[in-house]
Amino acid sequence: MDKMPKWADVALVPVVSLIIAALISAIVFVAVGQNPWEALKLMAYGAVGTSDFLGYTLFYATNFIFTGLAVAVAFHASLFNIGGEGQVLLGGLGAAIVVLFVPWPHWTLALIAGATAAAVFGALWVAIPAYLQARRGSHIVITTIMFNFMASGVLIYMLSGPLKPDGNMQIATAIFPEASHLPSLNDIAGLFGSDLFGRSPVNISILIALLACVAVWALIWHTRLGYQIRALGRSESAAKYAGISAVNITMIALLISGGLAGMMAVNNTMGINTPQLVDNAAGGAGFIGIAVALMGRNHPVGIIIAALLFGALYQGGAELSAATSIPVQIVVVIQALVIMFTGALDEMVRAPIEKLFIRFGRSRVAGE
Amino acid sequence: MSDIPPAIELVGISKAFGPVQANKDISIRVMPGTIHGIIGENGAGKSTLMSILYGFYKADAGEIFIAGQKTQIPDSQAAIAAGIGMVFQHFKLVQNFSVLENVVLGAEDGALLRPSLAKARKQLKSLAEEYELHVDPDAIIEDLGVGMQQRVEILKALYRHADILILDEPTGVLTPPEADQLFRILGRLKAEGKTIILITHKLREIMDITDTVSVMRRGEMDSTVKTSETNPADLAERMVGRKVLLRVDKTPAKPKDVVLEVRDLNITDAKGVHRLKGVSFNVRAGEILGIAGVSGNGQSELLEVLGGYEKATGEILLNGVPLDLTGAHSDGQSRRARGIAHVPEDRQHEGLIMDFSAWENTAFGYHHDPDYQINALLMDNAAILRDAQEKMDRFDVRPADPLLSAKNFSGGNQQKIVVAREIERDPDLLLVGQPTRGVDIGAIEFIHQQIVALRDAGKAILLVSVELDEIMGLSDRIAVMFDGKIMGERLPENTNEKELGLLMAGVTDGESA
Repeated sequence: MDKMPKWADVALVPVVSLIIAALISAIVFVAVGQNPWEALKLMAYGAVGTSDFLGYTLFYATNFIFTGLAVAVAFHASLFNIGGEGQVLLGGLGAAIVVLFVPWPHWTLALIAGATAAAVFGALWVAIPAYLQARRGSHIVITTIMFNFMASGVLIYMLSGPLKPDGNMQIATAIFPEASHLPSLNDIAGLFGSDLFGRSPVNISILIALLACVAVWALIWHTRLGYQIRALGRSESAAKYAGISAVNITMIALLISGGLAGMMAVNNTMGINTPQLVDNAAGGAGFIGIAVALMGRNHPVGIIIAALLFGALYQGGAELSAATSIPVQIVVVIQALVIMFTGALDEMVRAPIEKLFIRFGRSRVAGE
Repeated sequence: MSDIPPAIELVGISKAFGPVQANKDISIRVMPGTIHGIIGENGAGKSTLMSILYGFYKADAGEIFIAGQKTQIPDSQAAIAAGIGMVFQHFKLVQNFSVLENVVLGAEDGALLRPSLAKARKQLKSLAEEYELHVDPDAIIEDLGVGMQQRVEILKALYRHADILILDEPTGVLTPPEADQLFRILGRLKAEGKTIILITHKLREIMDITDTVSVMRRGEMDSTVKTSETNPADLAERMVGRKVLLRVDKTPAKPKDVVLEVRDLNITDAKGVHRLKGVSFNVRAGEILGIAGVSGNGQSELLEVLGGYEKATGEILLNGVPLDLTGAHSDGQSRRARGIAHVPEDRQHEGLIMDFSAWENTAFGYHHDPDYQINALLMDNAAILRDAQEKMDRFDVRPADPLLSAKNFSGGNQQKIVVAREIERDPDLLLVGQPTRGVDIGAIEFIHQQIVALRDAGKAILLVSVELDEIMGLSDRIAVMFDGKIMGERLPENTNEKELGLLMAGVTDGESA
């Protein structure tokens, strides 16, 4: 029998993790002389209190959906792609190049081209680590993290050299052509006379993110490819017996993962208020995607919920440090605590809860 | 009953893992200087009971008396101090240490090794003489055969002054002659007054060597009887709880055309070791060729080559058409397309994905089957689910719930899921590796019947098993493998276990006299 019911696995464990993270965060606030309850209220307000804040929360959540999906797809093949950060940067490069150098007549075309280029660049960036893993057994964790540093280097080179517009002091590309600007959700709400999302950059890419969720769900649970990815992820020896090629599936799963991470760049370059590619275009989303995927149990629905939570945390935390004397570093500590408890320390919470369920579980009959 | 206290007495031992009651109110007395067998199916609770005795688990209730003294055994150190030694199924030896170093390991007298080793060397010598346990103390473990390694395990226990020796499935990895040697050693130990507990699922061993035998079933002690007052059929019935057919019920084979022809098959692995050395044989339609041998003599590699996921040189013809052996154009998929179905030796690591539900496992290896697809893109999960339900009903898998994860089925029911998947494909050739390893007796009967039924439907079957009884009972022809070679072929009606046992040990016809 399974160790605990599904609801406990998908809901109880993350909620308990969050509560523990919140309690420790409260201690941190007290230690720096702040009232934790006030801080929590401020953070909640900063996350959803105004239309601007809500819009930013959704904007960040869009980023995290892409990187969360990227991590999840690789996870299903038991591969730990922690190179999301670099793949996002390269995705941004791809999007920037096709949008800057091709005069797209309409944003829809620019969106399709930009998203495709971002996905291709992200996928190509992970292709080398993927090949090394599949063919040579070089560990994907080591190679992808190294590739993050290289991506950062490549991007800074491109932004301070080939892609630098004349007379610009900033390490960034030129602002993308007007025709390629993506409509923000507030523009769309405006059609109905609403100002729901204020001046926030949340834009049409969030729909792409949701489409990607549906696509990943179908891929993993309703296609042969997904079946083979999961089979390889669960048992390499069994996959070999069944005639599932570890080399091919490893490559394909990682390319899809890299492509999804790369696509985040559409939101974070083409979708922002001044559409351009800047040097820190990933902003840590590649790593947050790991926590999002873990907390979301590698399922698109879970990933959407976890991405919203982390979006709120990101945005609310930014407001908290802006509105109070709480240093921004403390906010980073809070975010790190949540990532740590929901992500890295997941087993620490899971194991005792499982034990409780086994001890008090009465639904099961003695078998073996 | 004399007034000598029993060497071991367990009273009312219970142990639960969550809701699973692994041991339930178990009481047992083992008299000193006897060999006491414990038998039971997988999951009957034998290993849990011995783990409690050796201090790996703490019992929820019950008492342990060693030589009449109530004893607490919180850990294995306490067990050793109480004079209990354990020989595990999988040896706990440091492979690149010498015999002497392994014996001393954990029982050194002080910070300096030299005096301990010198003392141990002397003691090993006397132990060797006393019990005929001769092993070269300076040999490196990895150079020794399994039979010798097992002796080292026994020596380790004796060096720690064990009076009670527990052996867990000791003959699983031994050839019949090695097993006989082990039993001679055990007899000698018994004669010297040691008490031996033998855990096994082989009824023959129980009959041959034990004085008393306890039968466990579903976590409970069914009965303890004198070996001289019971017989295998009686024991099997006590184990399963109903009458069982120990022999396979089958009519003589009617072999037809050759389906599988293997010619001069060779494998050299990455370390340069020759795993298969010129293996040649054939299997005809309507017959079962059994490959006997101690595990690790090339049978696994043979199955892997036939199954499409191991490279080899030589030639394999299926219905007269060669199979690709280079690995370039072959894998499990291409073999299935050619009509080869494969029940692999290790169902937990090959045949099934334990985290997948039963219905997902039904499509495993056949996930490209057009019946399982809605269109080029999507799989037809509903169709697979229906198919799984049908197969589980037909093969009496319990519980017949296709949504349950494979890991939640018992070994026998897991195997039935694999066998159902492979046999229902109506293959020309069925490869079967260890079809009943870790499978309870009731399911063994069923699986054997299915294999025989497929044979009677005119299919070719290659059976690989380390269980000699299974080979003798099921095969129409027997080939014996040793060290990557086929030592010879026999007909089951013209051979016996002794002859096969010698072949399994590498003794050819000329030498056996």
